Amino acid sequence: MAIYVILALDVLNGISSLFLLCLGLAIIFGMMKIINLAHGEFIMLGAYATVISANAGVNIWIAMLVVAPVFVGIVGLVIERCLIRFLYGRLVDSMLATWGLSLLIIGIITTIYGNTQQGVPTPLGGFSIGSYQSSYYTLFLALMAAVMMAIVYGVMRFTRFGLVARATMQNPAMAATLGVNPARVYMSTFALGAAVTGLAGGLLAPVSGITPGMGGAYVAKAFMTVVGGGAAILSGTMSAASLFGSVNQVAAYFTTPVYGEVIVFTTAIVLIRLLPQGISGRFFKGNL
Amino acid sequence: MTLSRRRFLQRSAIATSTLIAAPAVFRSGALAAENPITVGSLHDQSGPIGTSGTPMVYALQLAVDEINAGGGLLGRPLKVIHYDTQSNIQMYSQYAQQLAVKDKVDVVHGGITSASREAIRPTFDRFKVLYFYNTLYEGGVCDRNTFCTGTTPAQTVEKLVPSAIKKSGKKAYIIAADYNYGQITAKWMTKYMKDNGGEILSTDFFPLDVTNFGSTISKIQAAKPDLILSALVGGNHTAFYRQWTAAGMKGKIPIASTTFGLVNEPSTLDAAESDAVIGAYGYFEELTTPASKSFVEKIKKAHPDTPYISELAACTYEGVMLWAEGVKKAGSIDRMKVIEALESGLVFDGPSGKVSLDKPTHHTVRNAFLAEVKDRKWSVLETYTDAKPADTASVCDLVKNPNDVKQYIINL
Repeated sequence: MAIYVILALDVLNGISSLFLLCLGLAIIFGMMKIINLAHGEFIMLGAYATVISANAGVNIWIAMLVVAPVFVGIVGLVIERCLIRFLYGRLVDSMLATWGLSLLIIGIITTIYGNTQQGVPTPLGGFSIGSYQSSYYTLFLALMAAVMMAIVYGVMRFTRFGLVARATMQNPAMAATLGVNPARVYMSTFALGAAVTGLAGGLLAPVSGITPGMGGAYVAKAFMTVVGGGAAILSGTMSAASLFGSVNQVAAYFTTPVYGEVIVFTTAIVLIRLLPQGISGRFFKGNL
Repeated sequence: MTLSRRRFLQRSAIATSTLIAAPAVFRSGALAAENPITVGSLHDQSGPIGTSGTPMVYALQLAVDEINAGGGLLGRPLKVIHYDTQSNIQMYSQYAQQLAVKDKVDVVHGGITSASREAIRPTFDRFKVLYFYNTLYEGGVCDRNTFCTGTTPAQTVEKLVPSAIKKSGKKAYIIAADYNYGQITAKWMTKYMKDNGGEILSTDFFPLDVTNFGSTISKIQAAKPDLILSALVGGNHTAFYRQWTAAGMKGKIPIASTTFGLVNEPSTLDAAESDAVIGAYGYFEELTTPASKSFVEKIKKAHPDTPYISELAACTYEGVMLWAEGVKKAGSIDRMKVIEALESGLVFDGPSGKVSLDKPTHHTVRNAFLAEVKDRKWSVLETYTDAKPADTASVCDLVKNPNDVKQYIINL
């Protein structure tokens, strides 16, 4: 019995970490149609910001929840001003430019901090269910995923900024006619997406192996989830993250980790074949 | 002057051949003036394997500097020609050609991953350049032109498994990286577990980009092993040790590893995550013998920012020194004469202790050490003297088959 509770926690962990990893990408890709191949490096920057500041004596919670998103948000802002703003509407060019950007970021971090492991200890301990152990951190990640979902929903649905942002994404020319400055909206949306990604990096820092090249392990799954989710940022990402996260964990538990990966990617291929517009293109049309 | 077509062709032919010959003439003139013995070095100083390669380059340079300080070899100084292979197999192939054909070096030390070794070994066979591979690996290389000075599983896993069984129990769960090193090492772990009366509950392999180990940790708990044997590799896999600790499993089931701590895991992971992991290698920086202390001190003095000085660096140093002994004994730099001298049972006392070359396998008989992580450092528990490369010896006999040039897969 206890093993099923633990397995359910694993599934919850898989879903919430995947959701956190993808949310920033969904904002940038889903809303702005910029393929940000440097997404993995934004995660890495968030993790580094957390580790470096925590090891310098900053409280671990502040390092994760404040330093990481603020730092990566500022980096995102600078990148948008210097690079991305020239690339709106140029899908292929934006891929090439952000890929170059990802190599640049890896290079800079390697030069500064070296090509070695970094780490912070995991806050919160473990707890036991029957004879099994799990960690409170798993629950904390799930909580954070729920909080982030609520915040993004609230901002996009109920604030003036959210309304303007959604209008601009839908029809920039019309929004501009009505007095909105699209350039400014894009800028702040990109910075927001980067900050959310940085937060994910910070939250995963205590349970990941942190190296300059760590982003590579996340970027493929993040894209797969966002594309599988379709146009709706929240409902799409959440449903795709739930599907892939649980398939991965359950498959890895009942078969081997190798097949776990294979089954996830197979699921993604079948999903895109059946629902070319993603899950939300079919089931949550018009939702956020 | 009128130029006939024939005369024009003649003259341009002469001019061309002079131009082509000129560098060779100048070059041999320059060599005659200084005439150093050249040592080629192919190590990764950048890219994912850069952290492993950097101390190896430092160790090689230290060995060469020491030999030069003692007057060089055969009255000639040594000169290192080093290329950073950037963790890129293509670079290995390219620079190996360059060392063999353009630089015409007298010996090459280098190669870190097994893939890189197999990319360059045939080049050195073809161009008859003596080659030293100084990294621990899965064993089985059988090639008269190649000397492998690092440890093989028979030298380390054989010690690690029984002591782990003694410490914890007979039921083990193997987790390993999903490529040739992990697969082969898992086989060795299984063999030594069975030889020691143990039992393998399950063996799981992980692609190198797996980052979430939640379901594995649950699976391990459900299997209830006494012991975990790990051959996980790379930055992403370090997440296992973190998530294991986060789940509160640390200290409940002990971990023994053939890969943990080879780079710098003990110093970068938190003490809570790395304490009590046990490992076995051919050398640890923390060894307190005078030779080891002075070796570490010299490297750290020259390069204060050096990453952990592991078996990789110690074997590189010893590899260069063994080669130098061979040259001294042969009294020549001729490749065959040096190989014959190296096969005569040469011994060198290095930072890891006494190292001797084994004639039939071209591997080394060397000390192996068992250690446990304590407070972010290795604490050496036991020393096994004269560990033999029994795995390679079971398939390779260069005395009987001197023309072998392959890597045998050792069937268990």
